[in-house]
Amino acid sequence: MFSGDDSNVLKFNTINRRVFILSLAKGIVFTGILARLFTLQISDNKKYLTLSDKNRLREWRLPPVRGEFKDYFDKTIAGNIEVYQLHVIPEQVENFKYLMIRLKNILPLSNNEFVKIIKKKNQQKPWETLIISENLTWDQFSKVNFYLHELSGAKPVLSVARSYPFKENYTHVLGYVAQASENDLLNNENIKNKHVPGLRVGKTGLEKSFENDLIGTNGVQRYEVNAFGKRIKQVNFQKGYKGKEIKLTLDTEVQKLCNDLLANKAGSISVMDIYSGEIIAMHSSPSFDPNLFLYGISYKDWDDIKDNPDKPLINKTISGLYSPGSTIKPIVALSALENNVISPNFKVRCTGKMEMYGQTYHCWKKKGHGVVDLRGAIIQSCDTYFYEMSRRLGVDRLKVTASRFGLGNKVFDNLYKEEKGGLFPSTSWKKANLGQGWVLGETLITGIGQGYVQTTPLQLCLMTAQLANGGFKIYPTLVSNKNQESLEKIKYKMAQNLISEEKYDSSIIRTAEEFFNPGEKDYKKLFRNQENVKFVLEAMFASTNQWNGTSYKSRIEDPKYQFAGKTGTAQVKKITEEQRELDLETSQIPYDDRDHAWFVAFGPYKNPRYSISVFVEHGGSGSKAAAPLAKQLIKKVIDRHEEREKIRRRKLINI
Amino acid sequence: MFQQSSYSEQLTFFQKLRSFDFVLIFSVLLLGLISNISMFSTDGGELLYHTKSHLIRFVVFFVMMLFLSFLNLRFWHSTAYLFYIIVLGFLVWASLYGITASGSQRWVNLYFINLQPSELMKVAIIVCFARYFHREQITNVSSFKNIILSLAILVMPIVLVVSQPDLGTSILIAASGLIVLWLAGLNIRYFVYSALVLLVSFPFVISFLKPYQKLRILSFFNPDRDPLGAGYQIIQSKIAVGSGGFTGKGFLQGTQSYLEFLPEKHTDFIFTLFSEEHGFVGSVFLLILYAILIYRIIKIGSISRSYFGRLFCFGFGSAIFIYVAVNMSMVLGLLPIVGSPLPIMSYGGSSMLATMIGLSIVMSTKIYHKQIIN
Repeated sequence: MFSGDDSNVLKFNTINRRVFILSLAKGIVFTGILARLFTLQISDNKKYLTLSDKNRLREWRLPPVRGEFKDYFDKTIAGNIEVYQLHVIPEQVENFKYLMIRLKNILPLSNNEFVKIIKKKNQQKPWETLIISENLTWDQFSKVNFYLHELSGAKPVLSVARSYPFKENYTHVLGYVAQASENDLLNNENIKNKHVPGLRVGKTGLEKSFENDLIGTNGVQRYEVNAFGKRIKQVNFQKGYKGKEIKLTLDTEVQKLCNDLLANKAGSISVMDIYSGEIIAMHSSPSFDPNLFLYGISYKDWDDIKDNPDKPLINKTISGLYSPGSTIKPIVALSALENNVISPNFKVRCTGKMEMYGQTYHCWKKKGHGVVDLRGAIIQSCDTYFYEMSRRLGVDRLKVTASRFGLGNKVFDNLYKEEKGGLFPSTSWKKANLGQGWVLGETLITGIGQGYVQTTPLQLCLMTAQLANGGFKIYPTLVSNKNQESLEKIKYKMAQNLISEEKYDSSIIRTAEEFFNPGEKDYKKLFRNQENVKFVLEAMFASTNQWNGTSYKSRIEDPKYQFAGKTGTAQVKKITEEQRELDLETSQIPYDDRDHAWFVAFGPYKNPRYSISVFVEHGGSGSKAAAPLAKQLIKKVIDRHEEREKIRRRKLINI
Repeated sequence: MFQQSSYSEQLTFFQKLRSFDFVLIFSVLLLGLISNISMFSTDGGELLYHTKSHLIRFVVFFVMMLFLSFLNLRFWHSTAYLFYIIVLGFLVWASLYGITASGSQRWVNLYFINLQPSELMKVAIIVCFARYFHREQITNVSSFKNIILSLAILVMPIVLVVSQPDLGTSILIAASGLIVLWLAGLNIRYFVYSALVLLVSFPFVISFLKPYQKLRILSFFNPDRDPLGAGYQIIQSKIAVGSGGFTGKGFLQGTQSYLEFLPEKHTDFIFTLFSEEHGFVGSVFLLILYAILIYRIIKIGSISRSYFGRLFCFGFGSAIFIYVAVNMSMVLGLLPIVGSPLPIMSYGGSSMLATMIGLSIVMSTKIYHKQIIN
């Protein structure tokens, strides 16, 4: 109070004024904070709630259980077995290095495996399951469990894995599964969505084609985790569903016989129901055990398969392209009859060779067949007769008939990626693809199934089936379909088609019909006059059951098994005159130069139901190498017929 | 003069007790209760170390505050410089022989307690300025000598605290010091000038910052540039607050905190935890509680007949406001992350001690509000 009161008042006034201003500012700031709280907690609450859940909830997807494949008799041919696995979630392990070293000693892991696991760990997210071993032996599994208290973070689990109980029998039909690759993930959205480390997906065959049906759905475990990824508690569990079961038309008994018949041979066998188109067996040799691929195939096994000159990786039945040889003679004969080029009585004198256009064309029989008519030419497979007949027929008309019966076309629409269509040549094809005009001599060799013509073994089986059923179109299938029309219905439809106006199969109409009537099929006739088909079938019967037929030695006289067939011996190399003179036995020729042996057949002859094609790569003559196999096969197929019919009838009743 | 000075000595114990500001005491107690409940939650719903030690500190320092409130305001006036010098001495001690934790040398070992003198400086600087300007003529406030001296008083501790390094506390000391200077009547010009100087020197200041401090500022402007590194705290804090919603996730139900996504949840981010569990309603309640606290302090200042008491209360009230505003803005993503505790709520003995000392001076001002100090 010594200083002037005025000054003091001024001082108090100043501070009071300023504190008032400051209080206003504070009010504004607090309002700002309030507004911010409002935005965060009320306006954007949903957004932050989601983010908070994303923080705290983590999903672990379990591998889906793959659907099984069954054969026609409900036998599991690709199933799942329980396996013991060892999993680690790196994020939840305190000392990953220590754990790995302990595991390396306990299991034990090889250095190679160890490095692989470490590499895998570095590639995936820390909370993703790291699979240390996919298939522990019982010994390893119990050892791990014994030491479990020292192995914190390691989790021995019981899991399921694919198994192929019939090993090499179904390899080519089913394909196999292996770890999903980058490409699998890129190409299939479904695999990408369901992928978990260690997921197996189909690599080839039906396993690949039906991937989306087989894969199933993941089970999902949802856990609450803390900031360090430690699981606090399970919030919920969503059960996964097993993939669809796929039932095939195959018969394991027959399939096994095919495998036995082709043991130590390269080749292919297929068996088909000539009405329903159901494939009863389909085998390609050599085969391999697809179970080898499940846990990563060893280098040695892989090299053995990859470097085998007989190419086990190729499904010869649908992807192998070969000259059909004489097996197409029935079609050539049918084509000639249908086009009224010759009558069955037309005769040719076979002297063993034929001079034409300055070239010599040989019959397989050096001495010649003498004077033969069409029936005799089919029975004895006389090449000279077919040269003359094809010359008159022309390749383009032949191609029409051959294509109609399935030669040069894919048998399945899109079932197998690896399926090949093959080729039946024509003059326009040659012009367009080779840029050269058709040479008449080429017609002659096409007429005996040599030259440009290339077919798969299954195409020949289909061809034979469509002849054997009286000349009607059928639809080959591997998958047993609930909507499959009954045998009676198919036969009725065929009979209807026989009397109806001439209607040739047209793929455009067929596609359209399938679109509007799925399941309903039109078994169109593939001929003009069924008498011609009957003639050819009778000739095929004689070829097997008449003393001078090419497959007479493989005949079965019991009417129950009696069958009709046609041999084929396809040259793989042009034979020079000198070699022809030598007339070597098959065993004396280098393997790669030996002829391919073919046999197509259908049976039982009185009331045919099945067609087969047997192909032995470099097997020599069809009558010696292929027909004897067919004899055993047909017996088996017909023996199995009753069993098969039982199932078919049961299916009909179920509907 | 004599009469006025003898006035205080006539106050009996009960008279003093009756002139306590019970609203203030009640809000402090309520804040203390809330802070202990929150601390209990940070310990995951168990009575563990943090909760126990926070509770003990609160009780001890609160009782201490009540006792100190009986001290005559003159005591604070006469010891103001001493207080400042002692705290400054501690700061020097800390910079020479201090205890280092998480890369910062902030604490001095007093054998019974590890003291963080920079927290005490937050109060000391205000007391010191209150004393300094108490006798100053308003016309003289902006004199050259005063400006230089007050700047010296302010800059010395700031330099010491920055060098610890502790950017957050030094900013808070600077801010509260500057506000006191402005309240004391320093010409507004100087603030404008220094603001301009600061703006110009900003790029240079940036270049002096430690790399982690730069990162914090960068991630304030864009937290997503390094969501797992520098931006992690602010992102997780916003998620916690935002996911709390209107009524919160419930006591002990804050997933962000108990699953340990929240960093520093005991100290700087205690409000985040509270806000996650108690939502908008709880946050607004806490904000109002602080507003009441600040309002009462300013109110006490405005009835004080001594300029010392008035300036101190205005200064201290504003300082509390700054701490609260800075802390909340920080955890809500409105300011870059700098270490700044929330008064009373945050874990930390020195901060609690400083706040309680400040409050006891405020209470003393209330009791002796009619007394004039020469």
